[in-house]
Amino acid sequence: MDYLFKPSRRALLGSGAFAALGIATGGALARDPDPLITELQDWASITGAGVDETPYGLPISFESDVVRRNVEWLTASPISSINFTPIHALDGTITPQGCAFERHHSGAIELRKEDYRLMINGLVDKPLVFSYEDIERFPRENHVYFCECAANTGMEWAGAQLNGVQFTHGMIHNMEYTGVPLRTLLNEAGLGAAGDLKDKWVYVEGADASSNGRSIPMEKALDDVLVAFKANGEALRMEHGYPVRLVVPGWEGNMWVKWIRRIEVIDVAVESREETSKYTDVYEDGTARKWTWVMDAKSVITSPSPQMPISHGNGPLVISGLAWSGHGQIRRVDVSKDGGITWETARLGKQGDTKALTRFYLDTEWDGSPMLLQSRAMDDTGYVQPTKDQLREMRGENAVYHNNCIQTWYVNAEGVAENVEVS
Amino acid sequence: MSKFPNSRPMKTFILPTFGVLGFVIGSGYALAKTNYGDRKIGFLEEQIAKVGTGVQQAKLLLPAEAEKRATAAKVAEAESARAAELETQVAQIQERARAVTGRQKKVASAPTPGKKLGLGRTALTEEIAAWDVDVVPGGRGLPDGSGDVATGEEVFADKCASCHGDFAEGADNWPVLAGGFDTLGDADPVKTVGSYWPHLSTAWDYINRSMPFGEAGTLTANETYSIVAYILYSNDLVEDDFELNRDNFADFEMHNKDGFIFDDRPAIEYTRWRTEPCMKNCKAEVKVTMRSVFLVETPADGGTESVMNPASIDDLPTFSADGPSFVPVSAQDMDRQNNAVGAAQVIEETDPDAQLIATGKKIFRKCKSCHAVGEGAKNKAGPHLNNLIGRRMGSIEGFKYSSAFKLASKEERIWSEATLDKFLTEPKVYAKGTKMSFRGLKKEKDRIAIYEYLRQFE
Ligand code: HEC
Ligand code: HEC
Repeated sequence: MDYLFKPSRRALLGSGAFAALGIATGGALARDPDPLITELQDWASITGAGVDETPYGLPISFESDVVRRNVEWLTASPISSINFTPIHALDGTITPQGCAFERHHSGAIELRKEDYRLMINGLVDKPLVFSYEDIERFPRENHVYFCECAANTGMEWAGAQLNGVQFTHGMIHNMEYTGVPLRTLLNEAGLGAAGDLKDKWVYVEGADASSNGRSIPMEKALDDVLVAFKANGEALRMEHGYPVRLVVPGWEGNMWVKWIRRIEVIDVAVESREETSKYTDVYEDGTARKWTWVMDAKSVITSPSPQMPISHGNGPLVISGLAWSGHGQIRRVDVSKDGGITWETARLGKQGDTKALTRFYLDTEWDGSPMLLQSRAMDDTGYVQPTKDQLREMRGENAVYHNNCIQTWYVNAEGVAENVEVS
Repeated sequence: MSKFPNSRPMKTFILPTFGVLGFVIGSGYALAKTNYGDRKIGFLEEQIAKVGTGVQQAKLLLPAEAEKRATAAKVAEAESARAAELETQVAQIQERARAVTGRQKKVASAPTPGKKLGLGRTALTEEIAAWDVDVVPGGRGLPDGSGDVATGEEVFADKCASCHGDFAEGADNWPVLAGGFDTLGDADPVKTVGSYWPHLSTAWDYINRSMPFGEAGTLTANETYSIVAYILYSNDLVEDDFELNRDNFADFEMHNKDGFIFDDRPAIEYTRWRTEPCMKNCKAEVKVTMRSVFLVETPADGGTESVMNPASIDDLPTFSADGPSFVPVSAQDMDRQNNAVGAAQVIEETDPDAQLIATGKKIFRKCKSCHAVGEGAKNKAGPHLNNLIGRRMGSIEGFKYSSAFKLASKEERIWSEATLDKFLTEPKVYAKGTKMSFRGLKKEKDRIAIYEYLRQFE
């Protein structure tokens, strides 16, 4: 009966394949010869798909459950809504565009390159309009950055809510962007008219119906912000702002304005709806923190997790997860199997870039006893990811945004994982 | 690892120390290749300094035992020689690292052009006017115009009320625009234009450019003034004879204008949390205090289904440094999971047929990754299973069956309770050469349940 409780298809296939060999019952020796080996299989005999069948490939059908998913009741309409990256099923750090989460406020629009215009105006020497072609003629850079919605893990403030890392932590993606530094475009328009740049802002807005305007302090605008037109080597997807979006490394996803159409140099913050009504953090006494742009260091174990139960029984187990920080690089990740009593330092898959996802692994043995799995990231400023209680002590339970707490999965003796909170 | 404990006997401290240094050099070397050269060399240099200190300490330590002096002197000498050798190695590493860095100079960020590239064209005044419509606190950027509450009520009823309610109270799940005063400190703060928004300009700006949802940018300036006046009225912030215009705009103070502070995480939080974390015995005991409220199911056809999680925190082990207090009896946990399938099915459990079907549905999760069933079911890795009983084997149009099933189709074999039972017992035996890679259902009652479940889709 065990399969009834293994929600993931992957787990089902795993146990199915091995049970036939008798491995599931504990023996390493096959009882019967494996027909997959002893019998001629179709794929080893009949020919496969031709090169003209799939001009642009999608994942093989067996992976059809590795998709973005939304939780309907979270918003009034799927047009102004969010879906979640299936981070439970991914490995490495780069998020394929096709399953990278989407959040838009008026739906994803189709805007042709030919119809694309980018205006720079306000306190500049010469207000300019660029075509898409113009943008590609400026010197460009490549950088990998994570983009995390400020509301990622936002459901979890008041308690464990959604059972699945895709839903607790999936408002994040990590891509390699190609783009022109914003500072280059600003220089082209000339910042002489802005005078002292210290107290100036750059206001950015999108071409979609929501316009999603945000004010960015000049210091950041001149630092590492990119006007990007490619992600993971190919054109941006419609849902990520094709043909051009803003990339604001380490800062909340809402500022990464998609379909960016206007950049205004201005002497005050516009205090748009997205920086007052939304993306501000309400504290217990009712006051709210604003301009909370940076995403602090955070990590989560992606496997095992509720959608990735341990299906292989006792023995070698790879605990795998993601860590990131809006302040810089991940220096270290610790993993606990007992809810934070004892910690072991995990291995970083490779040193992640600054403000980009880092993959970590703990290669361990599982003896079949229950675990309370946690991970804890440290970035290169020495900041240590706080526990949920530490965060709540500082901010209460109503902040909605910027929840970077340590996540706990309870793994039971069958290897089934569940989202829990611990003392 | 780089400490030189005074109390250890000489032999054991020298050898492992060299061993460690060897490792340090080795990894320093490897890291130099990966661009961490400078930092690691700094570290190496520290190590050398420590070897030096070790030598000093060895010297200090020794006079106490005169007979060991000679050995100690030799040791000190050996260490000094070793340190010199290390320094030569460091020099070599540095040279390598410089070569590597030199190579990496070829990676550079895009140059900020010293002069303008002359790309783009001047934006025309009309173009700027069309796009630059933002309104900032105090009302800078507002166009001429005005609007009163009464007009606003009409426009709002016409263009906004379908989603936001007649009184801006929010219909269904759509945003609430009015009320919520004095709730910001509650467990569920109601953040509305009236209770939360610090600037009136934000309301004008947002409504003007982004609402109505689905027809953004269609409001006239006067309409927007009147709607904003009406929203203020709905929030009891103005009287019913209020008129809003460009001139009185700046005077209007919002209820929550002082409710915001700037990001103070650096002062309040970073100072606390930039510390070396605890690694061992960090807590005496850990208990589960809450389990996930929702179980989120992920159907093959996309989206999610959220189901209340009936599991309780009772009977879960507590954790200490020795591990979990006990290993729960697995069946109990499983039952809890099992119960999570939903209230509807719990009720059905009393009816034996319904119960079979419900069990069948659960077992079908094993098939779901490859087979769809129900309205609109399409072929996946396997054919859809609608109208299965009575259907000719291998007969679904457009599905590429194995030759085993093609033959069965030619022979006009039919799916019945009996044939399905045989097939599902051992698919590879019943249909030799089938491409259904599934081990089968060993338990008869599972096969019966699946049969009862599939019969639902005739
Ligand atoms: C079809 C439904 C619909 C209609 C009609 C509509 N809105 Fe909205 N409104 C929305 C949605 C959806 C949002 C949230 C958008 C988002 O998530 O960014 C919203 C947001 C708002 C907000 C911001 C709420 C907040 O708390 O941040 C205001 C103000 C607003 N609408 C005013 C109006 C006005 C005024 C009109 C009429 C001119 C209008 N709306 C018509 C659906 C609608
Ligand atoms: C790993 C994928 C996979 C799983 C899991 C799987 N099947 Fe299949 N199934 C197939 C494929 C592929 C075929 C086509 C067989 C062929 O052509 O040889 C098939 C064929 C069938 C057929 C014959 C359909 C026809 O049109 O003649 C039935 C009935 C069936 N499966 C039932 C089930 C049931 C019930 C389960 C679960 C208990 C199940 N399968 C699990 C892949 C799968």
